[in-house]
Amino acid sequence: MSDIPGNLRFSVNHEWVREEDDGSIIVGITDHAQQALGELVFVELPEAGQVVTEGDALAVVESVKAASDVYAPIDGEVTDANAALADTPELINSSPYEDGWIARLQPGDPTQMEQLMDAEAYELMLAESGA
Amino acid sequence: MPVWDMGKKTSLFSRHVDSGAKMVDFGGWDMPLHYGSQIDEHHAVRSRAGMFDVSHMTVVDIAGAASRTYLRRLLANDIDKLTSPGKGLYSCMLNESGGVVDDLIAYRRSRGSVAAQTAGEAPGPYRLVVNAATGERDLAWMKKVAGDSAVEITCREELVMLAVQGPAAREITAPLITDDLRDAALALQPFCSVENTDVFVARTGYTGEDGWELIMENQAGRKLWDDALAAGIVPCGLGARDTLRLEAGLNLYGQDMDAETSPLVSGLAWTVSFDDESRDFVGREALLEQRAKGLDEKLVGLVLEDRGIMRHGQKVNTEAGPGVVTSGGFSPTMKRSIALARVPFAADDQCYVQIRNSSCRATIVRPPFVRGGRILVGS
Repeated sequence: MSDIPGNLRFSVNHEWVREEDDGSIIVGITDHAQQALGELVFVELPEAGQVVTEGDALAVVESVKAASDVYAPIDGEVTDANAALADTPELINSSPYEDGWIARLQPGDPTQMEQLMDAEAYELMLAESGA
Repeated sequence: MPVWDMGKKTSLFSRHVDSGAKMVDFGGWDMPLHYGSQIDEHHAVRSRAGMFDVSHMTVVDIAGAASRTYLRRLLANDIDKLTSPGKGLYSCMLNESGGVVDDLIAYRRSRGSVAAQTAGEAPGPYRLVVNAATGERDLAWMKKVAGDSAVEITCREELVMLAVQGPAAREITAPLITDDLRDAALALQPFCSVENTDVFVARTGYTGEDGWELIMENQAGRKLWDDALAAGIVPCGLGARDTLRLEAGLNLYGQDMDAETSPLVSGLAWTVSFDDESRDFVGREALLEQRAKGLDEKLVGLVLEDRGIMRHGQKVNTEAGPGVVTSGGFSPTMKRSIALARVPFAADDQCYVQIRNSSCRATIVRPPFVRGGRILVGS
């Protein structure tokens, strides 16, 4: 059973989004996603200033098994990335919602947040997919 | 229903589930990928002892008066190198165009060999251990090559095969096998086997560490698994098996060579024996022709100098021309990415691997990368 915090929003691609007080958002991958990927050994991070559209590849996470894209859950500009992941990608496994965050974005269109799922909807999606 | 409900199960299936394994499909078998952490499992084998259920591999016993003649034709390596009972030999079997049908280990069995010798054409019988994913195709091929010659080809799918691997694996496992075989098993040289009616023990493996592979009936197999677990041997899945074999520079069939590639461009020339000119093995003519024309490719090791992970299928650019990564991944021992790659014969020194949008620098090395717990290549 995976952990799904109630204060986050979720994408169908298993990214989570946290809204910050300054209007920026933090993006990471869910506990379910890190469990499915297995032990992470490399993360390709986005660079500050990079402008992304919802659905663009934002980062790449590589487990012992395979490489997987992390998609931008909404439009925005990257303002920061979690540099600690360069040397300790396993933070995503041990702390997917805190120390394992991936990038900070300044949203281009904050209303897109409403298209993302809340915890209950995400839990339902996981249940329906047999996870 | 989870996918793993569909496949074939080994006799140890419920053990794996009980130990918390993540099960995956592998060549039609439900096999453990890992039991929590494949990296920890990898380190357990390098530092002490781990065990793998490899019952999905296919054990094929070869008996009958024509066994030796048959294997001299079937295998690219020369079965006559098995000069005494118990010895084992790594070999490919090839198709007529010199492509690899499969790779395997052939043993000359110690038990029953006297009877076989008195029955007719000495020596025999033999035991082959072939890959899981190719088992059925292999059997069809073996029967085709056998034609109507006097050999019995028996697939022993009911047997359990366990690999115990690591510097302490033999020492920990020895008390768990039958008394009358223990001393002989501990005295085995690498690539040799010994057996009694209960168990077949070979000092072989696929990890680059010392250890045994043990073949037995399923009840004995389950007991040995339980005893080994109780003795502290770490259960390891296919994930660790792959990173261990890659570090050891051991080829994986279907990735590093296949029916379309020659052993001569797959780092396996050492397993092809041309010495006996009277030995007409399947594929010999094709390989001689390739050799006469000159080989234009080779299989090498790569160590990634830049950041990233090399993967199967990625393009390699060398000064001598393009190549391809055949097996790539993360080395838990070296904590960087390593790979096997097929590159132009003249390629040397540095190359670049295309990883998504980046061209990443790699050094060409001669495998193995790691053996006996020690890193052998790289900076």
